[in-house]
Amino acid sequence: MAVIRKSKKKGQFKVNTSSLPDIVFMLLFFFMVASNMKEVTLIVKVKLPEATEVTKLEQKSLVSYIYVGVPQQSKKYGTEPRIQLNDSFATVDDIENYILQERESLKESDRPKMTVSIKANDQIQMGTITDIKQALRKAQALKISYAARKAERNKR
Amino acid sequence: MGNKKETPDVNASSTADIAFLLLVFFLISSTMTSDFGLGRMLPPIAPPDQTDAPIIKERNVFTVQLNYKNQLLVRGEWMENVDQLKAKAKEFIENKYNDPNMPEKVDTEVPLFGNVPVSKGIISLQNDRGSEYQAYLKVQNELQAAYNELRNELAKKKFGKNYEDCADEEQDAIKKIYPQRISEAEPKNYKK
Repeated sequence: MAVIRKSKKKGQFKVNTSSLPDIVFMLLFFFMVASNMKEVTLIVKVKLPEATEVTKLEQKSLVSYIYVGVPQQSKKYGTEPRIQLNDSFATVDDIENYILQERESLKESDRPKMTVSIKANDQIQMGTITDIKQALRKAQALKISYAARKAERNKR
Repeated sequence: MGNKKETPDVNASSTADIAFLLLVFFLISSTMTSDFGLGRMLPPIAPPDQTDAPIIKERNVFTVQLNYKNQLLVRGEWMENVDQLKAKAKEFIENKYNDPNMPEKVDTEVPLFGNVPVSKGIISLQNDRGSEYQAYLKVQNELQAAYNELRNELAKKKFGKNYEDCADEEQDAIKKIYPQRISEAEPKNYKK
């Protein structure tokens, strides 16, 4: 009874929300640290193949990406697999320049550690990948990584 | 001059809203998933004056060929299923019984192990331009698995723990005994 009388006297019971911004800011900082920004907006369809023996790519800043797949707007750009560098379509000949540019942007001591991650759709044919590999060899970017989804090996 | 008891107060109730807005922005624009992939080293481009490739004995090469129908030819034999590849590759790299068809071994001084025979085997992977990427990666994955398992077995035998749990120098020693030699040959186009 005492409780009811008290609340009637004081009117509406209020929750102290002054620490709410702090909590939210804490969450915010957590997400800022734990996440990395989307590198680009994909304009090609990339469904990564599955593999079990994958390793994690360390040091995101040293990784450059090459996307390969069928354009998302296939009515406009056709259904042939295309290469995407940064935010636009590219051809195999552009890769060498792209790699040089990416390498320029790195610190000199980090340049040998540069990795190129090839993110290609699982359905595409190896011809495109082979061309990319040759272009990378020409550009002296020999450390590559075939991006894949992590899968568990099914035990028999 | 009447409000002596009130101190000027900034209304902070909207800070939460602003922070929430920022939070939502970061949630949307970020990806939590980290990248995974199969790491490989490409061979450097051969200098133009080098005309012929170094000759490697046939017993030392484990050829894997993948055609445009995603069928496998391993050392000249059809392989129905990719799943058999790992066992075959392991058998080849390890060469337990010193089979004359399997790679030669050279005694090498390895830290922590002493003098150990190290096989000279090379895995050569060839693919057609028409092969599917998924199939190719699966082959790569199986070959990687073969190496990983061999290294893991050795680590368990010698150090009594998994390969990943070994110290750096132990891992280096194991890597010396089972060096990963996967050569991705120049592409060939069989389909005309």
